[in-house]
Amino acid sequence: MASGVKPRVKVPKSAAAGEAITIKTLISHKMESGQRKDKEGNVIPRSIINRFTCEFNGQMVVDVTMEPAISTNPYFQFDATVPEAGDFKFTWYDDDGSVYDETKSVAIA
Amino acid sequence: MNYKAITAIAALLALPMSAQAGPDDDKLVINEEIEMVTKTAAPAHLQDAMDEIMSGWHFRSDETQVMEADDFDNPGMVFVEKALGAWETADGSEGKSCADCHGAAEDMAGVKATYPKWNDEAGEVRTLQMQVNACRTERMGAEAWKYDAGAAIEMEALLSSVSRGLPVNVAIDGPAQATWEKGKELYYTRTGQLDLSCASCHEENYGNMIRADHLSQGQINGFPAYRLKNAKLNGVHSRFKGCIRDTRAETYSPGSDEFVALELYVTSRGNGLSVEGPSVRN
Repeated sequence: MASGVKPRVKVPKSAAAGEAITIKTLISHKMESGQRKDKEGNVIPRSIINRFTCEFNGQMVVDVTMEPAISTNPYFQFDATVPEAGDFKFTWYDDDGSVYDETKSVAIA
Repeated sequence: MNYKAITAIAALLALPMSAQAGPDDDKLVINEEIEMVTKTAAPAHLQDAMDEIMSGWHFRSDETQVMEADDFDNPGMVFVEKALGAWETADGSEGKSCADCHGAAEDMAGVKATYPKWNDEAGEVRTLQMQVNACRTERMGAEAWKYDAGAAIEMEALLSSVSRGLPVNVAIDGPAQATWEKGKELYYTRTGQLDLSCASCHEENYGNMIRADHLSQGQINGFPAYRLKNAKLNGVHSRFKGCIRDTRAETYSPGSDEFVALELYVTSRGNGLSVEGPSVRN
């Protein structure tokens, strides 16, 4: 179980209908690659976030498969068009089976 | 090889020399709110050496600079948030947290700007980390944190973050003067097989390249600094150690008297710049 995992998201509170907004996400996670060895020479088991998704009102916006070469505290920034008021739901999937999510609402200005 | 070919090669070799190595003139505003002083007149004690002091921020690439302008983009703030948890969590035999005595972390605005600072009771100059540890051992009954390691550097980053925008203003006279003089001597003392002092690079050669990197003035107003090369917060004593090691000398240890004195002196060279930590550097 990875410790100290905390998702963070920055989404504008409101947008014009049809406007493309910038979304920033970051999850604090050590992203242990599975390639390193400890002092005794034993392999440190892989422990990474392997998938990240963003949905808007149930519709998939981005779905990212993540690999061990991604460094600690993975950060994603992307643009998304907001057709109507609704909720962005962000989900991170951990190797250990944990799922972390975060929801942000966007109003139409 | 004929003469023309040699001139052509010489011209090619000359090209990279014209690359900009000096500081830029960008402005740093954090969260579109805190206007930072990253260039200002040198403090009085430094005026023989230089006219203007500059934050190391000016010597970094635009991509690195912009990361510091927004707390969401600043990876150092992840550690500040962790320290905020520690601030509010009781620890040690007295069952007290930092917040029980000091209130909100934001109430500590301005504290970082005055450290390292003379402590009358202890009769010594204390860095912020030493003061935090004094609080932990004397008032909380908790164990001291290891110098410049995880929890200690995160707490320093938290205290620095709430002081951002305020001018660095450490006292160098009165009881702190002896320590300051000692720090000054260390700054100008050449060490190691390469026979370099702090001043050799950061006073005489800032703005020039050191191999592939830009030499800054070595200001420490931005510490603790998040470095992209190791993806963590770096304490100023660890940075001193790295620099002295690079001169191929035996180094002092983080938390040693020598580094405390050096921290006081180097901090005083930045009196007037904004507190910037946690900054983002490469």
